[in-house]
Amino acid sequence: MALLELKGVDAAYGRIQALRKMSIDVNKGEVVALIGSNGAGKTTTLRTISGLMHPQAGTIGFDGRDITTTGPARIVALGICQSPEGRRLFPRMTVQDNLFMGAYSRNDKPGIASDMERVFTLFSRLRERRTQIAGTLSGGEQQMLAMGRALMARPKLLMLDEPSLGLAPILVETIFTIIREINSQGTTVLLVEQNAHKALEVAHRGYVLETGSIVKTGSGQELLASEDVQKAYLGM
Amino acid sequence: MRNRVAAPPRSVWARLHLRERIRDRDTAIYGVLLLVALVFPAITLYTTDGSTYLIAVAGHAGTYVLLAIGLNVVVGFAGLLDLGYAAFFAIGAYTYALFASQQLLASPIHHAYHFPFWLMMFVGLLIAASAGAVLGFPTLRLRGDYLAIVTLGFGEIVPQVFQNFDQWTGGINAIGGIDQPTLPAWVTGPWAGADSISIVAPFSFSFDPIAYYVLIFILVSVAIVLVNNLQRSRLGRAWMAIREDEVAAAAMGINTVTTKLLAFAIGASFSGFAGAYYGASFGLVSPDDFLFIVSITVLVMIVLGGMGNIPGVIVGAVTIYFILNWFLPLLPPAVESLASSIGLGSLNSRAGDWPGLGNETQNVTLLLFGLILVTMMLLRPQGIFPSRIREQELKHATAQEDEAAIEQAHA
Repeated sequence: MALLELKGVDAAYGRIQALRKMSIDVNKGEVVALIGSNGAGKTTTLRTISGLMHPQAGTIGFDGRDITTTGPARIVALGICQSPEGRRLFPRMTVQDNLFMGAYSRNDKPGIASDMERVFTLFSRLRERRTQIAGTLSGGEQQMLAMGRALMARPKLLMLDEPSLGLAPILVETIFTIIREINSQGTTVLLVEQNAHKALEVAHRGYVLETGSIVKTGSGQELLASEDVQKAYLGM
Repeated sequence: MRNRVAAPPRSVWARLHLRERIRDRDTAIYGVLLLVALVFPAITLYTTDGSTYLIAVAGHAGTYVLLAIGLNVVVGFAGLLDLGYAAFFAIGAYTYALFASQQLLASPIHHAYHFPFWLMMFVGLLIAASAGAVLGFPTLRLRGDYLAIVTLGFGEIVPQVFQNFDQWTGGINAIGGIDQPTLPAWVTGPWAGADSISIVAPFSFSFDPIAYYVLIFILVSVAIVLVNNLQRSRLGRAWMAIREDEVAAAAMGINTVTTKLLAFAIGASFSGFAGAYYGASFGLVSPDDFLFIVSITVLVMIVLGGMGNIPGVIVGAVTIYFILNWFLPLLPPAVESLASSIGLGSLNSRAGDWPGLGNETQNVTLLLFGLILVTMMLLRPQGIFPSRIREQELKHATAQEDEAAIEQAHA
């Protein structure tokens, strides 16, 4: 059974329709990539799932529950955590406090401490900078912190919005290695990326979005090999 | 690290780890404040030959310290700009005044209540906190300037309501004859004009500045412990997160609605305390005591002291209070005596259009206050004792500016 299931979801910003009859599912243990050009509705999909906006039609199911109209705080508690686009760190809080914020919906102190350790193991740069305030980190470090913070919620489903945006190529490589590692430790990942090539390489499956609807789906390898996708998104 | 040649002697002082603690700036400020608060009454009594005037001023300054600590929760911790904070102060003061005086005898219920101060202090706290939540509710969707405007309106409305409901509150005539707190026992001594140290039982505060000073000292101490714990708590971190980025905070699973309401309610509760104290210590509560200028003064105190940092806020409150209520009023006579001592005494008297040096100084005191504020903000934009984070941030910003300047110079 799918961990996350969107069925015929419509969503709009005022009168601008952003998603049309959007249906995707994400199975437990998968990395699923959503690719598409600017304005295709990738971020809107994530916002709808995390409850920051609500669909006008369709249903969203998570872990056997209907979360179509559930609020964001409750959704985090249920186990979906998003590392938002543009990172949205708390710039004036320390690295460590940012990570604590990620664990806000949890109450188990020992578990939080061990997850903090896990994050510091994944991102050793963050350990060095734990008392530094987040706004003074470099771009790559901020992205690491955003992902670490999302992991602190010990999510069943981690949603990453453009994790490679604005990063140096070497850092992009690191970030995707870490995504793979996070997944191999048992976290399901829903990945939104403009860097379609990288995303499809790590993803088990992918969806291609165009103007708010799914136009193509398949395994990561299939999509990488598909001619349409190559032309439209891989620049080949 | 230096190598220690010999282990330090393990005296009581060493075990208190004083040296390490003093290195922590905020602890040091608390230490100095505590020391000053304890020594100050003794010194004033000794140097002014038993006059309690300055102790009374300090007691009233304490009210503002409480207000500043409370507003700091709303503005400093949660980042919600509240320009109507005096409203909660008024609500606390009127709660006590109405239920601890003859006032309600003349009201439509024709019955005067005289509840004890100690009870009403907490009732005032609860009512102010509820008012905070009520005000919080419509403002939840507002941010920044819009929030400031709504709170400004609330701050204007509340004193007006107390003024216009004159059947109940006496309106512009104010409520006087407010009950004094009583205690089963109290220590009196030469400092209060008695012959020897003895125990008074029962004891009524009856406008005794020293008793009020002790009371506000305890109230402020309790408030400091409370807000310090709040700041480090889960709730404190949630406030900080909302201040930084509300959407991201919501994405972390913070219920932004209750968290913001709690900021308003908890912030207001401190002014409920302060209001009850204010009503008792002056024995008079009037709608004029809670005008916009009060809200702004408290806001100036926390901005100037170092927003978000509790010791800074306290220092700011005390500084501003003493500038406004002690230094500035002292200025005209001081200038006059200075003029006569340097042989310009003729300037002191009124002549033609010249109002006399004393009056002229009096006229420019607020101008001077403005100048002091501007100067302080120019010299220390981050406040007197900002939070360490703000400091780090400003340092980072200047470092980046410096780098940019260097790059430009090389280009």
